[in-house]
Amino acid sequence: MGTKGRFGEFGGQYITETLMNALDELEQAYNSAKEDPDFQAEFHRYLKEYANRPSLLYYAEKMSRDLGGAKIYLKREDLNHTGAHKINNCLGQALLAKRMGKTRLIAETGAGQHGVATATVAALLDLECDVYMGRLDMERQALNVYRMELLGARVHGVSSGTGTLKDAVNEAMRVWSEECATTHYCIGSTMGPYPFPTMVRDFQSVISKEAREQILSKESRLPDAVLACVGGGSNAMGMFYNFIDDPDVRLIGCEAAGEGADTPRTAATMNTGSVGIFHGMKSIFCQNEEGQIAPVYSISAGLDYPGIGPEHAYLGTSGRAAYVPVTDEEAVRAFEYLAKEEGIICAIESAHALAHAMKLAPRMGRDQIMIVCLSGRGDKDVAAIARYRGHDLHE
Amino acid sequence: MSKTLDAFKNGKAFIPFLTAGDPDADATVSYILAMADAGADLVEVGIPFSDPTAEGPVIQEADAKALAGGMTVSGSFEIVERVRKVKPDLPIAFMTYINPVFKYKGAAYEEALKEGQVPDEEPEPYVPFFKRCEEDGVDALILADVPFEEQEEVRQVADRYGVDLISMVSPTSRDRIRKIAEDPRGFIYVVSSMGVTGVRSDLKSDAVRDMVSIIRETNPAARCAVGFGISTPDQAKQMAALSDGAIVGSAVLRKIHAGSGPDEVAAYVRSMKEAVTGS
Repeated sequence: MGTKGRFGEFGGQYITETLMNALDELEQAYNSAKEDPDFQAEFHRYLKEYANRPSLLYYAEKMSRDLGGAKIYLKREDLNHTGAHKINNCLGQALLAKRMGKTRLIAETGAGQHGVATATVAALLDLECDVYMGRLDMERQALNVYRMELLGARVHGVSSGTGTLKDAVNEAMRVWSEECATTHYCIGSTMGPYPFPTMVRDFQSVISKEAREQILSKESRLPDAVLACVGGGSNAMGMFYNFIDDPDVRLIGCEAAGEGADTPRTAATMNTGSVGIFHGMKSIFCQNEEGQIAPVYSISAGLDYPGIGPEHAYLGTSGRAAYVPVTDEEAVRAFEYLAKEEGIICAIESAHALAHAMKLAPRMGRDQIMIVCLSGRGDKDVAAIARYRGHDLHE
Repeated sequence: MSKTLDAFKNGKAFIPFLTAGDPDADATVSYILAMADAGADLVEVGIPFSDPTAEGPVIQEADAKALAGGMTVSGSFEIVERVRKVKPDLPIAFMTYINPVFKYKGAAYEEALKEGQVPDEEPEPYVPFFKRCEEDGVDALILADVPFEEQEEVRQVADRYGVDLISMVSPTSRDRIRKIAEDPRGFIYVVSSMGVTGVRSDLKSDAVRDMVSIIRETNPAARCAVGFGISTPDQAKQMAALSDGAIVGSAVLRKIHAGSGPDEVAAYVRSMKEAVTGS
């Protein structure tokens, strides 16, 4: 087993020989940037003045009262520029790409949020941008496709495989292996070969760094539970990271179960998958007995991925974090509930975490506290939810 | 005992690739036998994978077709078994991705599952795969997504069963070439160009010449075969002149996809073997 980028047995660098040099170069650039006060100052200036950080920690009082249990706080990543946590990572990686002298960013996207965030930072920092997106996802998220084009990016439809997020990753890797001399692959989640899972987690860990300070200042204590939705796992890793060493804080990742974790129409990797090696990492994947990666399904294009980041696989198998399945129906109900109860339309991805919060809060005491990461806003999902509810609404 | 290096005993080697089960197992067996008779020095058989991230469109299509037709890892081994009955001495390599190798549990385990029994214990990873390679006479394995740094866990099992885990070098390998070339198994697969597999009209000799010279400087005994992008006899000749042989995949599959039968594919292999021999 290689020693680089391991979380227990998970992680590693399972990638073509052609890309190894690019990974070494990235690792060195990242390690030097991490220690460079100028880089960090620039990154934090953009986070503050461009992305609108720190994001608010909002006490959802009405919802807490209605559910009749724990006090529920929402970490409002939906209020970031571009409407999701994805911008945190993209700013970091784009600044790093500039530092390495790259002139172009490429990215995969599922729901389109990471594609939009990448296109945004590319515009900001004068980088070219190409985004790879599954054909099926382009239909589901047509508005985000146009948004990326407005920002100056080229969006490439990927028809191979299932035409969803994993196929977009495949295509971005293929393109990167041709053009890594000039191009940085801005991976959108805590996945892929080392150093990506570590680097993306570090860029996203600002979420829990702020949340920890905010809850200590509001409540003078740590939360009892922290919840986040998980696909590849970037908002969850960001939300968990600064609580990992606090054993009394329960960490709960909420996976997309689609039509149910006991049906084939699911994307609940931790609950239905097994150990495998794919997309550069040893982790847990939805796959058949033969190691062929399974087609997965969720109403949420952002969670519709057959794997999970290696650090989550480690946190899950070591028992530090729990991963629970949440169905489409439960997520849609939570989406509708938050809109009516708190006047917040959240992303369907984030609604998965909220749905589990709605189950868990009533079982907790009124003196207990939970933080739910509201990873993104839901404008992009309104039409799809309307269709799910039987309305003939198209963007 | 691995026969991988026998591929280089008839002068420069010509190494064709095809995907197991594209279009079906019987056809794959016929194509392999025809290519062997036409002078192929080693045949690379691809075990299809759902997400072949190192492949261009032609091999992607081949993998998708083979999987849709029901090809499996065991099915790929069965193809080799059938070839072995006719060609006991032909060097054969598998090429695939690590996950099917990592997950393979062997025919006995699969049978038990089919009969509804869940075996008590999962076998140690990689052991059933390499054990079966040894039994069926697969001489070497090429894994597109396992670079040198991650080879160790696979290679120690491969070594135990006498299967050569082939290393690749590419135009970006630079300093890494020396450590890769120090103690290779079988031959070194020299990736001619950046990017994925597939036919290219322009192949750059300089990068290949540089890679091969670093390999030979480090390890004069190492054998190098060049792959990625080669389709014409001229290109094969050019690449073999710089190394010990040429590997051709997408161009073979394009013929198969266009409906060429074993005879036509054999004629192509014969022309390629002649070209590399004269190089």
